[in-house]
Amino acid sequence: MEQTTKDHAELAQEFNRDEDRVDWHDETLWFIRAKRDKAAHNIPEWETLRETASQIKNNVLSNLHNYLQQFEQNAIANGVEVHWAADAAEHNQIVHRLINEANVVRMVKSKSMLTEECGLNEYLAKNGIEVIDSDLGERIVQLAEEPPSHIVLPCIHKKKEEIGEIFHKHLGIEAGISDPQFLTETARQHLREVFLTRKVALTGVNFAIAETGEFVVCTNEGNADMGAHLAEVHIASMGIEKLLPERKHLGVFLRLLTRSATGQPITTYSSHFKKPREGKKIHIIIVDNGRTVQLGRKDFRNSLKCIRCAACMNTCPVYRRSGGHSYHTAVAGPIGSILAPNLDMEKYADLPFASTLCGSCSNVCPVKIHIHDQLYKWRQVLVKAGYAPAAKKAGMQAMTWTLSSPALYHMAGKAGRWVLKHAPFAVNNKLNPWFKQRDMPTPPEQSFGEWYKQNGKKK
Amino acid sequence: MSSRESILAAVKANQPDSTALPDLSLFGTTEQGSLQKFAEVLGAIGGKIFHVSSYDEIAQTISLQYGDGVKIVSPLKEFKELRTENLDDLTSIHDLHDVDVAILKAHFGVAENGAVWITENEMVHRVLPFVTQHLAIVIDAKAIVPTMHQAYDKISNAVYGFGAFIAGPSKTADIEQSLVIGAHGPRSMAVFVLNDNPYSAEAIK
Repeated sequence: MEQTTKDHAELAQEFNRDEDRVDWHDETLWFIRAKRDKAAHNIPEWETLRETASQIKNNVLSNLHNYLQQFEQNAIANGVEVHWAADAAEHNQIVHRLINEANVVRMVKSKSMLTEECGLNEYLAKNGIEVIDSDLGERIVQLAEEPPSHIVLPCIHKKKEEIGEIFHKHLGIEAGISDPQFLTETARQHLREVFLTRKVALTGVNFAIAETGEFVVCTNEGNADMGAHLAEVHIASMGIEKLLPERKHLGVFLRLLTRSATGQPITTYSSHFKKPREGKKIHIIIVDNGRTVQLGRKDFRNSLKCIRCAACMNTCPVYRRSGGHSYHTAVAGPIGSILAPNLDMEKYADLPFASTLCGSCSNVCPVKIHIHDQLYKWRQVLVKAGYAPAAKKAGMQAMTWTLSSPALYHMAGKAGRWVLKHAPFAVNNKLNPWFKQRDMPTPPEQSFGEWYKQNGKKK
Repeated sequence: MSSRESILAAVKANQPDSTALPDLSLFGTTEQGSLQKFAEVLGAIGGKIFHVSSYDEIAQTISLQYGDGVKIVSPLKEFKELRTENLDDLTSIHDLHDVDVAILKAHFGVAENGAVWITENEMVHRVLPFVTQHLAIVIDAKAIVPTMHQAYDKISNAVYGFGAFIAGPSKTADIEQSLVIGAHGPRSMAVFVLNDNPYSAEAIK
């Protein structure tokens, strides 16, 4: 998959070339947000649930050292093999080794954003292992050689005609078909064959229970179960933050997760894996990859409470109009923008600025992460650490200079109004990033200061 | 230092001061789950509900629904006549790939989301409720809990190798958000609510 050096604004500009698509993307995600609202409003105790989930996750993060060991101990007692990976590279090597030990060169995989974060598919491809993603949306973007653009709806940026074209090219259907029913049936037949022939299956983990050593995987399609139950070896990859203390806590999280994600009351399948099938194997890989560093960042550790529902993306005015690929990271949107700088401040310095700080993300978050506060805090950290883009730095310096002197401030205001009125071409051009996709405002005749001088003392 | 040790050491060094777990008892209720609500939600998520008073009635409904020439399996002795293959004769789970209908008993249903809880014991083979083209579930009319909190109260510390909440047929909306039923798993899910007493209020509802 293409590695990009473009920043969020440049990538958003590419997405914005097709206005009809942007409108569709915007409205569709807003529709999902509306479904989330409807589902949430059906539960009178919704806010109590959110608060409870938040407190459970706070407890998890504050006792993670114990819970991880308790989980490991119970999982081993259940007959599961537990592996630990400090970073993406180690995770990928462990998966590769397990595939080699199974004596195969092919694997089927269900949705796991962690493996996207680790670049697992690319790594295995380089080592001669074929990976087939089995979630429909993920299979589509995989065939298109693109990363997912949304953590719950991986190909939300694609139109059905394009998907028909991809299936025509790769799965041999006739050209020009765009009926979702037909396309889904095509994928069903294609992937059934895959499920029945793969000996190794990898899944993600939604929740891992310290008390019992079991883990829960949620899907609507049933692809995680088809892969795992037909394979000889099931590999489950999880971040260290996926833990819950006890089984009963699942009640809280399974009520929140899908209502927040798609507005459904629950996913079709909430599968609890505790022991391997007779004679088969389950491996769990517990991955750090920067999470312990984030845990140590007081202002940002709460981002580790995330349960990956994507409600913050669906509601985000920037995400809806810039598309998931503009975030150039595995987890896009507001939550991705507070997770990514932890991994690489320089590479992801643009992301905390890709927000209006409207706070809608924090309002819908089922585990009450203060996402917009953290975006604001990341901006300060990044600028202090010297990672702000040069133009932004220069602009901020000019602003500091102007705002620190009343005379300069008045003069700048006057100059701005004069330019907008008499020389609009000076700002209505490509050199002004604000002018892209926007009209400049009509300038007022005078500033508030001037108006107040004239009218303020009349009464 | 192994990765295990280095991760655990980093967690220990960086985790914040311990905070208490919240009390879940405020989600408790002594109310029975509403069968009507369960049926409504199940219908809304694409499942189908049948109120029946005997296993014979279930067998008749399934015969009528799916016709002849379909592969039906079930571990339930009540469907010995109906089933076309015996699960005990299976040599490989891959032989389940062409099952048309699987009839399984579930522990209970959840009113708020239309899900049923079923564990490996009732599935016989874990893949069965997923690989079958159509899934038929039998539950007792009285076995409905209101929410997921009561569901986990009921599961408590039960021992299982694998268990799942299943809520409706397999589905996807990955292509332009158009809902398509029958992604990788069953194309339909029928829940037979068994009430042994046909004159009870619940059965009439």
